[in-house]
Parts: sequence; structure tokens; C-alpha cells
Amino acid sequence: MMRKSTNWTITTLIALGSLLILFPLYLTVSIALKNPEEMARSIFALPTGLHFENFANAIAATDFFTAFKNSALVTIISVLFILLTNSMVSYAIARNMNKKFFKGLYFYFISAMFIPFQIIMLPVVNQTTTFHMNNIVGLIILYVVYGLAFNVFVYVGYIRSIPFELEEAATVDGATTWGTFWRIIFPLLAPINATIGILSCLSSWNDFLLPLVLLGDPESYTLPLVQYVFQGQFSTDFNLAFASYLLALLPMVIVYLFAQKWIINGITQGAIK
Amino acid sequence: MAKRRIAYYLMTIPALVLFFAFHTFPAIKGIYYSFTNWDGFSKTFDFVGFKNYANIFKDENVLNSYLFTFKYAIVVTILINVLSLLIALGLNAKIKFKNFFRGVYFLPNILSVLIVGFIFNYIFANVLPIFGEKIGSAFLSDNILGSENWAWIGIVIVGVWQGIAFNTILYLAGLQTISKDLYEASSLDGASRWREFWSITFPLLASFFTINMVLAMKGALMVFDQIVALTGGGPGRATQSISLLIYTGGFQGGEFAYQSANAVIYFIVIIVISALQLKFLQKREMDM
Repeated sequence: MMRKSTNWTITTLIALGSLLILFPLYLTVSIALKNPEEMARSIFALPTGLHFENFANAIAATDFFTAFKNSALVTIISVLFILLTNSMVSYAIARNMNKKFFKGLYFYFISAMFIPFQIIMLPVVNQTTTFHMNNIVGLIILYVVYGLAFNVFVYVGYIRSIPFELEEAATVDGATTWGTFWRIIFPLLAPINATIGILSCLSSWNDFLLPLVLLGDPESYTLPLVQYVFQGQFSTDFNLAFASYLLALLPMVIVYLFAQKWIINGITQGAIK
Repeated sequence: MAKRRIAYYLMTIPALVLFFAFHTFPAIKGIYYSFTNWDGFSKTFDFVGFKNYANIFKDENVLNSYLFTFKYAIVVTILINVLSLLIALGLNAKIKFKNFFRGVYFLPNILSVLIVGFIFNYIFANVLPIFGEKIGSAFLSDNILGSENWAWIGIVIVGVWQGIAFNTILYLAGLQTISKDLYEASSLDGASRWREFWSITFPLLASFFTINMVLAMKGALMVFDQIVALTGGGPGRATQSISLLIYTGGFQGGEFAYQSANAVIYFIVIIVISALQLKFLQKREMDM
């Protein structure tokens, strides 16, 4: 017989475990809203007065909106380019796996999954600086390139499961390869585009190492990099620091609150495929 | 038909050109520099053959960073996989507020590793010591990040806290692919839960176990953000990971060529570990 009734032991354990996840986040929010006197009384207690001026100070100190704009720009444009270019090359590969060139290309790309960025970090920074690409444009190009290995692997697997017949019918109707891809295949990729879009979005938004080594001009700094740069100045003022952390975390948390089911399902889909 | 074929080739060009220019070419250049004595800024440099490689094997800092990185990666990989499998089993059981809890456990995955590190830095420095004093533990009363022996535990805690999220979701996806009928059959046979887990659940999760072990291990071997946020590699060099050493030595220490050689060795190490892991775990998958 299936165990149908609620298992309260497991529910309790899972609830206790989730407190370990939520506690640091509770601290972040509550410290961001307190002032030093409240902190001195108790770090753990709920804030008594809501000190929103911490946020105003953090925004002014770190030039939050510039960093936010940079992060948003980098994330949105790189995700867009990843979806368009990576799916296209994967389509060409998936439909020509019997040809040496495309098969070779497939293994050439996916072999990069085993090459950590740190290995090519030094020469890449050297090269982008020489070409004056140590800016947001360079950052976007590198995100598009470094996602390629994993994305081609996922896309090719998915495209190969789409039957050929649809494309054949389109060809008979006189559609070109480009037309077939954009009008027939690309729309069919929606579920896997969601998976790759979500993962790319999270990794571009939260990345720290690449902006750290690449970006020269402070005007182009992304949100995580700004937190790093200001860490030294925050050191004595925890309320300011936590307000700034919270502001940097918040955009993605808000997206997550609204699209939580969709995000988790997107990743689950990708895992089972 | 020829037109179709040309279109396919054209589709690969943008990706191929960019990938070669920003991935393969730098990788080749990195290998090239590893045989020189370039410091990263000078106009000229000389070839030194395998001297950098020979020196790396004698360098105590390099050895130290490898030991730390491996210790960290092994502990984190094991903890993440055990805990996320347990959590996934819990989330897959008949519990209340399933979607809410699933959302909570996945939340760390969407947060910046660096900022999470800063938050935990504060917790280790200011919150844990309060607990420590309350329970009268001298050990917890000090900031563990300041201790040469225990700072790495702090980094493990942050790595695990955040790493669990993604693996839990993958295990949960795996658990949902297992047909309920199998459990019904086994409970009719009177199998215990323990038995059920080892003879049904775990074998059927084998491919998810493989992918999760490889992913967790690879992520942990590249650890960087947490360390920058928590210890900066200290105290001393106690928590200096390989990535951090390549970064600091290569960009700030004038060791561009030397750290390039270190990166090449690191690359070979990662390839060997990934290959061994895949081979071993996939063999296990077959056996089950």
C-alpha cells in the first residue's frame, strides 16, 4: 500500500533544515534594516525601527544604479546571444552528425567543458586588454563563448530527439535551411531554451571572477564586483554593508519569487533530458 | 541541395570563430607562455624550457594550494551529495508545504557566491562567537576564519550551504523519474525502507549520482569566490586554493609565465580526475 498520509517526522526535519538556509538570509534582511544601537542590543532580534536610510546610503555610496544597469545589460544581452547563436550552431551540428566536420566540431566544443576558466584566464585577460575589449562588450562575448561547451551538449541532444519529418515537409514547401531553423526548429526548442536561459542568466548575473579580471573602468563594474570593491570601506559599518548586499541580491530574489516554479521546472527538465 | 549544405556550414562560423579566438587561441598562448619567463608586463622575455614546470614541483606554496584544494573538494563533494540526496528524499516524501520547502532549498543557488561569502564572513566573525560564549565553548568563541587549522572548515560550510541547492534539484528530478509501482511491489514484499533505498532508489539514481559527483567535484576544485570573501587565502596561506594562487601570482605577483605553467598542470589534473570519476562511476552504474 502506498503511504498516503502526511509524514510529520520528515516534514519536521525538512522544516528544521530549511531554517539553516533561511537564518543567514533573515540576518541579512534584519541587519540591513537596523541601526548600530539596535545592533548593539541584539544581533538576532527583529529590527524595531525600519532604517531605510541604510539603503539610500548604500545606493549613494556604491553608485548602485550604475552597477545594476551594467549587470542587467550584461545579463540580458549575453543570454539573448547565447540562445540565438548556440542553438543555431547546435542545429547545424545535430543535423549533420554523420559528417566528419560537424562531428569533429561537436567534440571540439564539448571538450571545453573540462577546461576550467582559470586555465585560460591569464592569456585571455592579456588578449582582451590588447584588443581594448576589457569592458562590458568583451565580458558579453566571453559569456557567450564560455557557455558554448555545455549548451551545445544540451542543445544537440535535444535537437536530435526532434523528428526530421517536419523539416522535410518544410523543405518540400521551398523553405531554406535558415527559414526552417528560425520558423520551425527554434520555436520547438522553447523548453530547452528556458533551461539554458535560466542557467546562463544566473551565471552571468552572479559571476565575480570574470568581471574582476576583465573590467578596467569602475564605471563598468557589475554588482558583485562593486560589493568586493567596497568591502574595505564597509568594514566598520555593517548596516550599510548589509543594505548594499541585500540590494545586490534582491533583483534575482524578486525574479525567483515570481518565477520560482518555472525556474525549478526548467532546470529539472534539462536534467531529465 | 548544395545551398542547404552551405547554410549549415555558415551557421557554425560565428561560434567557431569566437570560440577559437577566445578559448582555443588563449589556451595555446597560455601553454606557449608557460615555457617562458614573462612577468606579464615586460616588453621582452626568454624561453626557459621546462624550468617553470620543474620549479613548480619544488614550490611549497603550490604544493600547499593543491593539498588545500583537494582536501576542500573531497570533503565538499561528499557532504553536498550526502546532504542533497537526503533533502531530495525528504522533499519527495509525503510532506506538507512541499513546494514551499523546495523553493527554500533551491534559493541559495540563485545568490551570488561572493555576497553569500561576505554574509557568512560576518556570521563567523560576529554571530558564532556569541553562540560559542553562550554554550561556554572556547573553540566557537573565536572567529574560526582566523585560525590556521580551522579556517578551511568555514569555507566548506559556505560551499556546502550553497552547493546543496543545485544537486538537490537534480536528485529530486531523478527521484521523480522512478515509477511508484516499484515501491508498491517492494512494500508488498515487505521490504524495509532501508532495503528499498539501497535496492531500488539508489541504483535507479545512478546516472544522477554520477553527474552530481562530477559537477560538485569540478565546482569545488575551482573554488575562488568563497575564499576571496571569507579569508582572502589566509591566515598565512592556509586557505589559498589553486585558482586563487594562479590569480594572485599571475596578475599581482609578476609570475605570469610561472602561473601559466601551474595552470597547465592544473588542467591536466582536472582532466585526469574527471576521466577517472566518470569511468569509475559509470562502471558502477553498469554493475547495479
